[in-house]
Amino acid sequence: METLISVLIGILFTIGTYLILSKNLLRIILGSSIISHAVNLLILTMGGLKTGGPPLLGMGGTTFTDPLPQALILTAIVINFGITAFFLVLSYRAYKVLGTDDTKQMRGNENE
Amino acid sequence: MHTLHFMIMIPFLFAIFVPVLYKYFAPRVHTGWFVLLVPITIFLYLLRFMPRISQGEDLLRSVPWMPSFGINYSLYMDGLGLIFGLLITGIGALVILYSIYYMSKHREALHNFYVYMLLFMGAMLGVVFSDNLLLLYVFWELTSISSFLLIAYWYQRERSRYGAQKSMLITIFGGLAMLAGFIMLSMITGTYSIREIIANTGDITSHSLFLPAMMLILLGAFTKSAQFPFSIWLPGAMEAPTPISAYLHSATMVKAGIYLVARFTPVFGGEAEWFWLVSGVGLATLLYGSLNAVKQTDLKALLAYSTISQLGLIMSLFGLGSAALYFTGGNESSVYAVAVLAAVFHLINHSTFKGALFMVVGIIDHETGTRDIRKLGGLMQIMPVSFTLAVIGAFAMAGLPPFNGFLSKEMFFTAMLNASRMSIFSMDTYGILFPLLAWAASVFTFIYCMVLVFKTFRGKYKPERLDKKPHEAPLGMLIPPIVLAALVIGIFFFPNTLSEYLLQPAAHAVLPGLPEGLFAKKISAWHGVNPELLMTIGVVVAGYFLYRFLRKWVGLLWRYPQSLTLNNLYALGLEKGEEGSRFLTERYMTGYTRDYLAYAFGIFILFGGGALLVSNRLSIHSANNSSISLFEGAIAVALLAAAFTVLFAKSRMTAVIALGGLGYLVSVLFVIFRAPDLALTQLVIETVTTALFLLCYYHLPKIFKGSGRIPFKPINFVISLGVGVTVTLFALSANGNRLFEPISSYYKNSYELAGARNIVNAILVDFRGMDTMLEIAVLTIAALGVFTLIKLEMDRGGKNEETK
Repeated sequence: METLISVLIGILFTIGTYLILSKNLLRIILGSSIISHAVNLLILTMGGLKTGGPPLLGMGGTTFTDPLPQALILTAIVINFGITAFFLVLSYRAYKVLGTDDTKQMRGNENE
Repeated sequence: MHTLHFMIMIPFLFAIFVPVLYKYFAPRVHTGWFVLLVPITIFLYLLRFMPRISQGEDLLRSVPWMPSFGINYSLYMDGLGLIFGLLITGIGALVILYSIYYMSKHREALHNFYVYMLLFMGAMLGVVFSDNLLLLYVFWELTSISSFLLIAYWYQRERSRYGAQKSMLITIFGGLAMLAGFIMLSMITGTYSIREIIANTGDITSHSLFLPAMMLILLGAFTKSAQFPFSIWLPGAMEAPTPISAYLHSATMVKAGIYLVARFTPVFGGEAEWFWLVSGVGLATLLYGSLNAVKQTDLKALLAYSTISQLGLIMSLFGLGSAALYFTGGNESSVYAVAVLAAVFHLINHSTFKGALFMVVGIIDHETGTRDIRKLGGLMQIMPVSFTLAVIGAFAMAGLPPFNGFLSKEMFFTAMLNASRMSIFSMDTYGILFPLLAWAASVFTFIYCMVLVFKTFRGKYKPERLDKKPHEAPLGMLIPPIVLAALVIGIFFFPNTLSEYLLQPAAHAVLPGLPEGLFAKKISAWHGVNPELLMTIGVVVAGYFLYRFLRKWVGLLWRYPQSLTLNNLYALGLEKGEEGSRFLTERYMTGYTRDYLAYAFGIFILFGGGALLVSNRLSIHSANNSSISLFEGAIAVALLAAAFTVLFAKSRMTAVIALGGLGYLVSVLFVIFRAPDLALTQLVIETVTTALFLLCYYHLPKIFKGSGRIPFKPINFVISLGVGVTVTLFALSANGNRLFEPISSYYKNSYELAGARNIVNAILVDFRGMDTMLEIAVLTIAALGVFTLIKLEMDRGGKNEETK
């Protein structure tokens, strides 16, 4: 399972990076979202997969999966949401003000 | 704390009060009168040391500054330091007196002038009395900075700024090289004290850093003392007011490099590299300076090149003298030790006559309004005192009796002739070049000295070419050069007094460990008919004839292509350097985000992946893998399908929805991997994010304009594939190399410790509550940011954006 997920993460990274390298603002946001999914999965995978029950006491189980990566990912998801939301609004504003969503045209003045 | 410590601080402390004095007394009293007290005080103070120093005593006093780094305010006074100290304060006093009459108290910003001047004086005193290498460096850079300020004193003029920048770049370059050399030296010996370094010279020479340290320190000395090929800043520095040129660029600062060479001769001397570098560069500078001085038409430029040439002469003598350390005593040592004596002697002589000459040129400039030789002439009757002073200074420089330059020039020839008989350092093959080059340079020196005197004061008087009606300078302006000229003649008649009190202790400081009485040689004006005298006569005869026919051949010197001069090379280098870096920066700083991301990812692949390959930790273990069910496999496939849909989507709606699908699939994976809280959060967040995407772009026109599908770009593809592969390899290697058990078993006690059955939540709010708090802060800031972006419509800034 770990090997499969690792390869999956690699593919998600490839797609995410390819999207980030495009010049369209929306695609860049999409790419960074995909990469953040991949990172979350990576953290979880590195903690070991399916080595016990869910980390809830009093459910009768004696072994649990590692709770620490889960806590880390929970934090990461929320932070990522905040950033994505901000980035989205920023790109919205940029589009409204500059009239373009092409980063190549957002280079500013030549003789700054 | 010794009085000497205070004495060096006095100029700095006094500099604080100069603006106050200027404010209250200008323009009634010239600020210079107050400043004049400083060098006179220090000069008299230093004079008191002369008997003690001449007895062979020295003085080492230290005050802690940064003792934990070995940096102390430690001062050392011996013969060498004392000579420099007396020159700095003595000529400093004369120059300030001169400047009182030279600088107008109505027109000039005198407070700036004297503050810079005092800074320089204090820094220079610090340089010559420092025993600590880093203290020496601090004062050294202070001289560079104050010199920079003084050269650009008339900062409205473009040429002043150019000259100041040039001298700054060159001397700071050398200063930094010197700092590196100092640090190497302290690494070899383990101390920053020059005294202790000299005491441990034995094991220095075999160290691998010996040669780099030597070269770097010499680089500092050569740049400061305007040696070839770093001499180009000195003529540019002539844009400074003439008192500054007289003080800094003839008598004191340019000798800092010479001081450095003399000071480090006990450390590096006796080695072939030191000998060849110092004396070779010195000779090259001597010849280069004298050749260039002949063709100058500006009097100050002529003096600048002559200073370069004379500094080369002194440098070459110190180089020759270092050979005495090779023999460590005996008759042969004493032969070369004379060179050091000659060097110190000429050092003093040069300061006296060059200071006087600069002041005379300043007087001419002041009284006629020009320094151009072609406009001047026939001033002998009008300015008889200046003429006399110029004759004394110039003839001393040319090496004629009865002036002090004659004595040191004779000793110079003696040293050069001795050098040609040297059998060490492969001198038996090249040694003969030394006296030949020295003689040729002396001929040119003679010629430019004659040009200086006779083209200015003799010939036809051309009042129509002059801006002012020339007349003799005021007495106050004449006193300082008269004092210096009196010294020039006085030293000729009483050289042995000077020798006993100053030269011999200084020579001992340069060549310590050599027997006493080695330098007790009498300097005599008449020493019979010997090769040196014949050489001097030859100089005069050849120089006379060449001067007579100057017009016929001086054009040849101008034939030398202007594009190949050092100045031109410097300017070209600067220009090309700027152009090159601009070209380079424009190449890679495209302003296009995609390119910077490509660099970042490229570096990640190169260093991250490279480290993985180099460290040989690449391993794939599947032993502790968990099993895969068909359902899980199907989810993985679906995940990929969603991701590719995002990639290839034609419309933004498809892409956003596919991304939402991807998020939901990830939350399903969280369910499979026994992470209920994650699954919940992921579901909620994904829903909100998708809604936000849709909301945001509802208002915007179709955003994937034109092509629709993402274009295929091979470079982007390679980079992204590299990133993906690197991440996968890292994940696999990390998975295969689990080094120790996780610490999570501790969190099983969450009920006992935190009263929580949900371990993840216990971690979030109890064990690692700080993370959560800051995460809330992040969310708050993001929310505020979103609010601001939407609410603050283009009221102020936005309008500008549109009108642009």
